[in-house]
Amino acid sequence: MSAPSKSSPLPLYFAVFIALLVGTGLTVFAATLDLGPFNAPVALLIATIKATLVALFFMHVWHASEKLTKLVVIAAIFFLMLLLGLTMSDYATRPWS
Amino acid sequence: MPNPIPQTAVPAVAAERENYLNTKYGVWSWLLTTDHKRIALLYLISITFFFFIGGFFALLIRLELLTPAGDLVQADTYNKLFTQHGMVMVFFFLIPSIPAVLGNFLVPLMIGAKDLAFPRINLLSWYLYVIGGVMMLHTILTGGVDTGWTFYAPYSTNFTNTKIVEAGLAIFVAGFSSILTGLNFVVTIHRMRAPGMTWSRLPLFIWAHYATSIIQLLGTPVVAVTIVLVAAERALHLGIFDPKLGGDPVLFQHLFWFYSHPAVYIMILPSMGVVTEIIACFSRKRIFGYHFVAFSSIAIAVFGFLVWAHHMFVAGISVYAALVFSFLSYAVALPSAIKVFNWTATLYKGSIHYDAPMLYAFGFLGLFTIGGLTGLFLSALGLNVHVHDTYFVIAHFHYIMVGGALMGYLGGMHFWWPKISGKLYPEGWARLAALIVFIGFNLTFFPQFLLGYMGMPRRYYDYSHMPEFQVLNVLSTAGATVLGVGYLLPMVYFLWSMRYGKPASDNPWNAAGLEWKTESPPPTFNFDEEPVVTWEAYNYDELDAPPHSQEVPVAR
Amino acid sequence: MPDSTLVGLHHEEEHHPELLHHFSDAEQQRDASSLGMWVFLATELMFFGGMFCAYLIYRHWYFGDFGAASKSINMAMGATNTAVLICSSLTVVLAVWAAQTARRGLLLISLAVTILLGLTFLGIKGVEYRDKFIEHHVPGPSFSFAHEPIPGREGEYANPQHAQIFFSLYFVMTGLHALHMIIGLGIFTWLFCMAWKGRFTPEYNTPVEIGGLYWHFVDIVWIYLFPLLYLIDRHR
Repeated sequence: MSAPSKSSPLPLYFAVFIALLVGTGLTVFAATLDLGPFNAPVALLIATIKATLVALFFMHVWHASEKLTKLVVIAAIFFLMLLLGLTMSDYATRPWS
Repeated sequence: MPNPIPQTAVPAVAAERENYLNTKYGVWSWLLTTDHKRIALLYLISITFFFFIGGFFALLIRLELLTPAGDLVQADTYNKLFTQHGMVMVFFFLIPSIPAVLGNFLVPLMIGAKDLAFPRINLLSWYLYVIGGVMMLHTILTGGVDTGWTFYAPYSTNFTNTKIVEAGLAIFVAGFSSILTGLNFVVTIHRMRAPGMTWSRLPLFIWAHYATSIIQLLGTPVVAVTIVLVAAERALHLGIFDPKLGGDPVLFQHLFWFYSHPAVYIMILPSMGVVTEIIACFSRKRIFGYHFVAFSSIAIAVFGFLVWAHHMFVAGISVYAALVFSFLSYAVALPSAIKVFNWTATLYKGSIHYDAPMLYAFGFLGLFTIGGLTGLFLSALGLNVHVHDTYFVIAHFHYIMVGGALMGYLGGMHFWWPKISGKLYPEGWARLAALIVFIGFNLTFFPQFLLGYMGMPRRYYDYSHMPEFQVLNVLSTAGATVLGVGYLLPMVYFLWSMRYGKPASDNPWNAAGLEWKTESPPPTFNFDEEPVVTWEAYNYDELDAPPHSQEVPVAR
Repeated sequence: MPDSTLVGLHHEEEHHPELLHHFSDAEQQRDASSLGMWVFLATELMFFGGMFCAYLIYRHWYFGDFGAASKSINMAMGATNTAVLICSSLTVVLAVWAAQTARRGLLLISLAVTILLGLTFLGIKGVEYRDKFIEHHVPGPSFSFAHEPIPGREGEYANPQHAQIFFSLYFVMTGLHALHMIIGLGIFTWLFCMAWKGRFTPEYNTPVEIGGLYWHFVDIVWIYLFPLLYLIDRHR
């Protein structure tokens, strides 16, 4: 992209890398615990944190020079949530009828 | 300047200026072009070809329906007729039409750019379209498809013997073409605007294409993956959509309509953009409520993604979800209504000129309004139960697609024809054709509202148990013939004008917009110098100002 | 007639060889390419999203059967593959940095290791697929999933048809993901060749950057696929 930042980004990259590996281990560990109805939310939460780290720091969204990049990411996620959410609104409420 | 070649006579016609049409000759200079204007013409030829194919199927449908008995074709054949009419018209005509022809041609010109952001991807888009089209043709010629253009599961996945996978692949490939066009437009509009061309100075045609591109980008992938799932299901009997194996056929409909409803906005938004340009020009006025119209395009694109299950009210979805979708479907009408109000307000106290493009725009206004209002009827749950799967639905969407989108396309082709070809079309014939189209259209489709409301189902080739419907069907078929004549006329005189038409000046309409500030036809790189924009959009007051007001004031 | 009309367009004093003609400057070209890749990734998100939607519905309906089916796929291989992709994302971001800072050696090594890690991922995936084939868990005529207990429910066995839906989604989702990996490997092989020829400089390294964006996206898809497919009800 533009000129590299003044300080080396390497420590950040390695920190994110370690965090991602830790997150993976954590996901596997959490899956072996009985968290009742929270197993799925926890797994998705960890996955989302990992994905966010990749997006923000590996894909440089955090330091993106333009708001447009962030807008594209947010818009895509928004429309995906529409697909999932509104479809689920049918399936979740079918038993009520 | 020394000119060693003596001029033998005063040339009656000046030596032809170099433009994008004559800069290079030869088939390969067209097939390997990256010039967005040439690619637009390549699309024009291909989509016109598919329009004929889709129109041919429509003709056979209307011929069959002249009589109540199923006597022209067999039931299976009829199923293929309406399926292929729909698939070809939707995926290979309407969805590309305005964006691929007028959008490709005009977007760079209107924003002051030399080309789109990714010219080679633009060419790839055309090739993907052609490949998809050839695959579709092959499907049709080797057996066809009979599921309806909506290819619902489980009929499409389990029971039909027709060529679903191949048709699906054809649509998949054409869909990729659509995605890449959308991608090109979004990046171009963001990154390649000329200096001074701020978002608020963009022609509303550009806003409309931007909104269309958002839909193409975000919706098409979902139908693409749906096609993949259908193909996998057919090949391996996976059970994803098969109720006998635990699957849900309604899930297919959710995934299908998540794209296919926004797809109808892909088909209408560009046309609305065209109409906006035409109404401004032929009322000699700025568009009333520029920002409202701009944001309503974006609103349609977003809201359009919220309403898809209104196609599924009687499919077995939950009543509570149906309520939500019904409400949202009413909401999506609002931005469209805002546009209609703004167009009307633009016309008010305008200096109206009734050239052919404007006739098409007027036609659009009335017919789109009727189509849109009948959409609201369909969004009402109670009414939907009564008219779902009847000719009422067919009339509704043909009012929008044909009375709206196609009229906008024709209006746009007439409006920009001088720019595209450098020639003027014959105005008298064009106005006649517009009138024929309008009459033919209403004769074809208005009876269908009545038929549907009275209970004639769609996709039936035989209505002999309801012979009282014949009169309206005959009217409809008669109208279709008239409509066909109306469509053929422009094809003839546009071609005629390329050879015999009067040469067009840079700005024969004295219209606003950067595209009119370059030659007709434009040079390959659009502008001799990069334009710098210092004026607002639709500056008709300046364009129409009497000439002497621009002179240096004389001391009194 | 002389091309005087075009003179104004060919005037650049210094014309970077990578600058395409229709762009006014390198920054515009770079910004356009970057936006183009981001927009493309948005379409990819929706593409995978359709499958996630189908998955969501059926997991909601057939949780027990999905749990049983999920138990039968190899969590260790899945987790390893996750780690492999995370490592490859690191090498990708190092490659981009190397291109930006004119570190040719690091660039080439990073690209090469990325490719190797990608191949490793596909290899492990291939082993998994082979295992599923042997166990008759591939959907189709030879599918069989009889008598598999549902985790956490004594005496109850998974419905084979519902389990087949799980495996259908498993194969379609991981299969399409693998297809994207293969395309990514193709892109990175091309990047390696270009880097070898010295095409990338601190002024021009956009292909590396946008190739990297694509790779990271494929990684993110896997970050979600792994828990959703491999870790359903593992604690029982």
